[in-house]
Amino acid sequence: MQEFFHSVTLDRDKCMGCTNCIKRCPTEAIRVRDRKAYIEAERCIDCGECIRICPHHAKRAVCDPLAVLKQFRYVVALPPPSLMAQFNNLEDVDIVLSALLEMGFDDVFEVAKAAEIVSAATRSLMKAGKLPLPVISSACPAVTRLIRVRFPGLIDHVLPLHAPIEVAARMAKKEAAVKTGLPLEEIGAVFITPCPAKVTATKMPIGTGKSAVDAVVAVSEVYPKLFPLMNRIAASGEPLRASEVGRIGISWGSSSGESSGLINDSYLAADGIENVIRVLEDLEDEKILGVDFIELNACSGGCVGGVLNVENPYIAETKLKRIRKNLPVSANHPDLAQLEPVLQWDTPLEFLPIMELDSDMVTAMEKMARIEEITSQLEGLDCGSCGAPSCRALAEDVVRGVASIEDCIFYYRSHSSLEKGSTSDDTN
Amino acid sequence: MPSLKLQYQVDGTDFTRAGEASSSVKKNLRKLGMPADIIRKVSICLYEGEINMVIHADGGVIDVLVYPDRIEMILADTGKGIADIDKAMQEGWSTAPDEVRSLGFGAGMGLPNMKKYSDEMRIESTVGVGTTVYMTVRTGASQSA
Repeated sequence: MQEFFHSVTLDRDKCMGCTNCIKRCPTEAIRVRDRKAYIEAERCIDCGECIRICPHHAKRAVCDPLAVLKQFRYVVALPPPSLMAQFNNLEDVDIVLSALLEMGFDDVFEVAKAAEIVSAATRSLMKAGKLPLPVISSACPAVTRLIRVRFPGLIDHVLPLHAPIEVAARMAKKEAAVKTGLPLEEIGAVFITPCPAKVTATKMPIGTGKSAVDAVVAVSEVYPKLFPLMNRIAASGEPLRASEVGRIGISWGSSSGESSGLINDSYLAADGIENVIRVLEDLEDEKILGVDFIELNACSGGCVGGVLNVENPYIAETKLKRIRKNLPVSANHPDLAQLEPVLQWDTPLEFLPIMELDSDMVTAMEKMARIEEITSQLEGLDCGSCGAPSCRALAEDVVRGVASIEDCIFYYRSHSSLEKGSTSDDTN
Repeated sequence: MPSLKLQYQVDGTDFTRAGEASSSVKKNLRKLGMPADIIRKVSICLYEGEINMVIHADGGVIDVLVYPDRIEMILADTGKGIADIDKAMQEGWSTAPDEVRSLGFGAGMGLPNMKKYSDEMRIESTVGVGTTVYMTVRTGASQSA
């Protein structure tokens, strides 16, 4: 099995061993063992739900520090559209772009610009009838990873195009190389991320062997440094850079933004990991008909709901509306044939059967029979005290050999040797 | 041959719960490593069957027997029974009441879909006593597996 990189990690010192994260994890990837949470690397999709829920802030998203800028001769910032929604009274994206330049970046390439290009490419592919319908967006890396481990039947429906971040990094570096004459290795593309899933997506990419994104810095780290610079630029009234993005690109920052860029009303947009799972289940059962495109975002509200953002996602969405009000529909009308190698996946998405009980079906059936048997002996409270998210998950762990049925406090209490002795006395 | 039996009670009073059994079976089959297209067929057969049990029969019991080479589904209810099975198998033929149709169900596609997605299907029904539907989906694995 390959090594897994995960942005979501645990700070053991802060972890109290409570049950909040294990209950919330959509892939049942977390267990509490010896009073500390433990993330099963194979199962984690880096959605960040555990970071959101942890009352002790013991779950963290590992990103690169801002100092990473110094590693490159020439550094391009890749700000996502959701970043533009983090500031009060912002109507002009140019101010954010200019502040990034003042902060030390040599250049800026808007991820929203790449998003408009991905929208154009999606429209073109769908118009040509080249994709099985409904097409499922591949932009949210947590969703793509979820499909990869839980919905093998839907893999063919996933849009085989890179997410706007990857497209932005590739285009930005190529442009910078032409502009500066530097070799690509000396140019750094630094993404400013709203979520841990996008960090993982650049370190362990899907759809290609190596991501063009060189480093990823959290919005929450950039925000406090950006803010004073923005005020200064706003006061001077002379932004250094003009945005090259229209309404479609900016709209990608919140749920249903990508869909509206398709200019086709037959779409469905769901956000929030539980809602996403319900849509995928229904899709698998062919309960969703008459829909051409399905946009799914693991975070509530879309990317503005990313756990590393500063602003409340719903307020952020309102701010996006204000920013895009006076923009043209799209500012980018790319030559798609030329961009094909930049846009298209070069490696297909493959099913990762990590939920399987055994590679041999007969053995898997025996294991499942034992799981059913053990589950029937448990109380069914799903209390989480054993460290597993549900009684069934504990039963599964027992069969997998990583837990004992006596980890269940209720089972232990009624089956401990002392009590067993006394009941056998009673019955004899 | 090794087999695994899963059993589900279908509540006949609640529409919103129809689909619970099929989704649980789907989850289990995935853990067994069944191919995605087989899971899809089983899931559609069971979902249509569950809906029928809720609409026409006030619920019932679903038994799912998993073998390496096939999945057998037995959906038993003690509802009003089917008077004319041949007619019930016709696409678009339904005895669902209007209030059910207004919810988007009762299009007369349930049994035809179950037939379409299963490899074998048999219905036993007695009016006033109940209906049992037997369905088999073959996995394509050899018997000796």
